[in-house]
Amino acid sequence: MRTSSSTRSSSSALPEDLSSAGVPPPGPEDHVRGEGAVVIEYGSYECPFCAKADALLEEAAVRRVFRHFPVDSKHPRATALAQAAEAAALQGRFWEMHDSLMADQSHLEDPHLWRRCEELGLDLDRFEADRRSDAVADRVKRDFRSGIRAGVATTPTIFVGGVQHAGVPDAELIARLRR
Amino acid sequence: MPIIEAGTAAPDFTLPDQDGNDVSLSDLEGQTSVLVFYPLDFSPTCTDQLNVYQEVLGELGEKGAKLYGISVDSAFAHKAFQDQLGITIPLLADFEPKGEVAKAYGVYIDERGHNQRALVMIDPDLAVKWSYRAPTPLEIPGANLIFDALEQQRAA
Repeated sequence: MRTSSSTRSSSSALPEDLSSAGVPPPGPEDHVRGEGAVVIEYGSYECPFCAKADALLEEAAVRRVFRHFPVDSKHPRATALAQAAEAAALQGRFWEMHDSLMADQSHLEDPHLWRRCEELGLDLDRFEADRRSDAVADRVKRDFRSGIRAGVATTPTIFVGGVQHAGVPDAELIARLRR
Repeated sequence: MPIIEAGTAAPDFTLPDQDGNDVSLSDLEGQTSVLVFYPLDFSPTCTDQLNVYQEVLGELGEKGAKLYGISVDSAFAHKAFQDQLGITIPLLADFEPKGEVAKAYGVYIDERGHNQRALVMIDPDLAVKWSYRAPTPLEIPGANLIFDALEQQRAA
């Protein structure tokens, strides 16, 4: 339910165009965890290759930045799931929801999300309102658009030192990140 | 054979789309068109390319650009491929004589029997405005490159 006083998010505006731009460095709005080599990942919760990449990066012990790159024509729940993770973030539980979704990609419908909320101790009413809010929609779009501008064309795509690596990181890259 | 260069008149063609309707170069007059040459229907990498373009199709349309996929697959395969991907980008069948249009645009790989991954922008006067060939068929040209080319066209 929207009121006239809160129709639009006042957070930073979406970039107007989608022409080429370098991948943005990690900023205050990003979800970051871990210490080590900085890895910026564009991914989606309905993408099995992203779950694979997720496990590899966790194991490699890197400083991870996760950005949403939902491709709904390929993964119909991708945007809804990204918004769910952002709604969890508003209750301080982004990575918990992230891990929960990546760990089980066969239960991604709304009732499954509610169950996950319960497990994580989230306020369900707030979650339901937040994940449908313009602010959360814009937050996900900002990630997607920064990815398009940086040339992301598949998930997962990771950036290490500004260099793009499309697909699940191979053993050589993981070994390099580990150092 | 090198890919067709900007400034060249776009080679003529008539190809059936996924529904069997002919699309000719002359149909592209008056609009900015992007021909998306790709290797094969149902190959994993091709799938991602067209899906990502589909996500920004609305914004490309707002900038006046219309996309057409082209591969050597038949119209029937294109139909199934389009349905599987859930995309609306029309797919043209360069099926018989096989790869004839791709050859005219300099994006056919003879020894493999399919297209390179390449983008060709055609302006409303049917001249090639911009072309790009991916370094390898495994690399997907990002949608950002299409937006760059549209910017350049507008600035020119």
